Amino acid sequence: MRLFWVWALILALAACGPADQSATSPAPGADNILRIGNGAEPQTLDPHRAEGVPESNILRDLFEGLVGEAPDGSLVPGAAQSWTVSDDGLIYTFILRPDARWSNGEAVTAGDFEFGLRRSVDPATLSRYSSILFPILNAEAVINGELPTTELGVRALDDNTLRIELNSPTAYLPGLLTHSTTYPVHRASVAAAGERFARPGSLVGNGAYQLSEWTVQSHVRLDRNPYYRDAANTQIDTVYYYAIENPDAELKRYRADELDITGALPYQQLDWVRENLGEELVISPYLGSYYFGFNLTRPPFKDARALRTALAMAIDREILTQRVAGAGEIAAYGWVPPVAGYTGQQPEWANWTQAERNARAQALYAEAGYSATNPLRVEVLYNTNENHKRMSVAIASMWKQVLGVETSLLNQEWKVFLETRNQKSDTQVFRAGWIADYNDAYSFAQLMHSKNEQNDSGYVSAEYDALLDKAAVEQDPTVRAGYLEAAERELLADLPIMPVYFYVSKHLVKPRVQGFVPNIMDHHATRHLSLNGD
Amino acid sequence: MAAPQNQPVLRFAVQRLLGAIPTLLVLIALAFFLIRLAPGGPFDSEKQLPPEIETKLRAAYNLDDPLPMQLGRYLLNIAQGDFGPSFQYRDFTVSELIATGFPVSLRLGSLAMAIALLLGITAGTLAALRQNRPADYTIMGAAMTGISIPNFVLAPLLVLVFAVWLGWLPAGGLGDGSLRYLVLPVIALALPQVAYIARLTRGSMIEVLRSPFIRTARAQGLATHTIILRHALKPALLPVVSYLGPALAAIITGSVVVEQIFGVPGLGRFFVQGALNRDYTLVMGVVVFYGSLIIALNFIVDLVYGWLDPRLRQV
Repeated sequence: MRLFWVWALILALAACGPADQSATSPAPGADNILRIGNGAEPQTLDPHRAEGVPESNILRDLFEGLVGEAPDGSLVPGAAQSWTVSDDGLIYTFILRPDARWSNGEAVTAGDFEFGLRRSVDPATLSRYSSILFPILNAEAVINGELPTTELGVRALDDNTLRIELNSPTAYLPGLLTHSTTYPVHRASVAAAGERFARPGSLVGNGAYQLSEWTVQSHVRLDRNPYYRDAANTQIDTVYYYAIENPDAELKRYRADELDITGALPYQQLDWVRENLGEELVISPYLGSYYFGFNLTRPPFKDARALRTALAMAIDREILTQRVAGAGEIAAYGWVPPVAGYTGQQPEWANWTQAERNARAQALYAEAGYSATNPLRVEVLYNTNENHKRMSVAIASMWKQVLGVETSLLNQEWKVFLETRNQKSDTQVFRAGWIADYNDAYSFAQLMHSKNEQNDSGYVSAEYDALLDKAAVEQDPTVRAGYLEAAERELLADLPIMPVYFYVSKHLVKPRVQGFVPNIMDHHATRHLSLNGD
Repeated sequence: MAAPQNQPVLRFAVQRLLGAIPTLLVLIALAFFLIRLAPGGPFDSEKQLPPEIETKLRAAYNLDDPLPMQLGRYLLNIAQGDFGPSFQYRDFTVSELIATGFPVSLRLGSLAMAIALLLGITAGTLAALRQNRPADYTIMGAAMTGISIPNFVLAPLLVLVFAVWLGWLPAGGLGDGSLRYLVLPVIALALPQVAYIARLTRGSMIEVLRSPFIRTARAQGLATHTIILRHALKPALLPVVSYLGPALAAIITGSVVVEQIFGVPGLGRFFVQGALNRDYTLVMGVVVFYGSLIIALNFIVDLVYGWLDPRLRQV
């Protein structure tokens, strides 16, 4: 009997263990509480050190940049009510809203933005994304530790006026100023709490919501900031961002009515979702490009443009997007996805039939010196993932069928893959994808610049670099777009990469969520949403 | 108990504790080198870092020092209870993460263990009493199935049935920390152990029931439940108690899988995510913490074993 009581005791102890988290509970479908599936656990909520999509979703609720985004993703005044640009395009002057407040009620001043931008480029902050600020005068030198942060081209002229000086006219600056590296931070709380200020209790933001709870690997809870300048029009009281990496688990929680919006969708269940939850499925173009890169630094792709072209022509993108990817992805023949103010470029063969492409691909393949008796043997590297595997298998079989290429597939776990791909010493063909940091063609174009760390193909083209450098200093948007378009044509003639498709964003959204507007950046600030009482 | 009798126990305890130190050191060194040997590093990400910034990051985390020096510094720090900052979750230290994750895992694990013992011992005893009869075959059949189904298969099935179809229980997460969020993870974690413990109990109970002292008790006319509970259970539990150490290890490793599937923010989930993210300090912290825990609990099991089996005390 004694043992029985021991068990009973263990059971009782376990049952009434640490239940102190019970202070807050999102009842299923409770009024005015929004529950969002947000992918991986945020690495940090310090806006200057954040880099991933999950954290930027949360930061968009916690902070407000000088420039904001409307529900459809278009740029609108944010913390700044207006701005002017000097004639040479080098100086931006922002007028802040006089009614902007921190979540503790203090006024948001131009000095806070100056402090924030300086902190962002301060080498001591260890920001991994600050290089995005290179267009600002002296930013590069400050990041590299060659100049003090006070030399950054950002000045608070008075409490309401901020001046930003640039190295060269940068047409995409307003878009850049929606990025979290440019957010202001509250000086006193950063000084008091040090580098771990971004936690409940010490994080003071200027966004529509404030941080009230953070359980790592579970959720982040935000509550409405009563001091937010537009608090009167903010509908939702509380929002939970759940850390769920696995789309299958996320779908189950959505079906069990524990989530209002999912962050992703499992491809394998797409047909089931279409059939059963079709009304709640929101799919729309997303500013991302899915492609395979060729390693140009070693054989067989070094100095082998004909071969690369043959391989790029021989894949049937209609089949790849409709049968393999399957969520409505757009077949891509060019590198830059459809983006405002830019005409996407395509090679001439984009308009041919697949049969014509195949015939030409066979001719080019032969020209490159390969044949049925001497086939190309190539290795395709992708990161371990069911979707990438299916895509790679489909491409390999198309190459085999059309050209007789012998492909071997190699998958590596994410971190291993990133290292291998970046070293360029082992890869031949590798999978890649790129999502824009800001809504501008340059966010894609810069990747293929010979000096870019992201240029995993090792593509070096003096013409391409020259066109990009011209675009970087060009002020006239049409002329600038012309340079970028010419650069893309150059790229598509050389084909250091093989475009496959342009991404779509995929969410399930409960009918009770109102105001969810699909947009190309896939940004959905909570303050633009509301909930229907059901 | 008199003092002379206590001394062997004390000497035994001290010996075991001293023996644990080299074990722990080997474990730390192995984990330290293994995670660093794995290709890919904490700073590899989709957006490549400019070289200057990567250099600064490596310097900030002392990653450029020779490995033995890094290991030495790490040992010094953990001796002072400092597991360092997390590479991945930059707003938290590893000690803070362990402090939030462990209570969750402890609750999950102790509930699973309690249920495994309660159900396993009861089912095993029942099966032994009905040896080779339908009840026995049913229980042992169920146990066999329980052992054969891995929890990464069982867990999603439980979610589909009880959360999605029936809507009785949450599909994942910890919610407000109330029990209903723990029911499915605990079941997924406990079931294989229930099965194993039931089989162990049945086997040893059958043996005990055949022994002379039980026959004597029967001959004296004692009621069956008295015989079982007062006389047979304690000796029959010996194999179960010695299985507690491995069971604990199985529950800890099982929780790595189960927490990941249910999105429960415990240490197991930290461990998996830490390994995927090459979060060196977090992985090391969890290894050291769990390593010490398992060593400590095995030590306790040894002491309990002595209490249950008087023969061992006289050695």
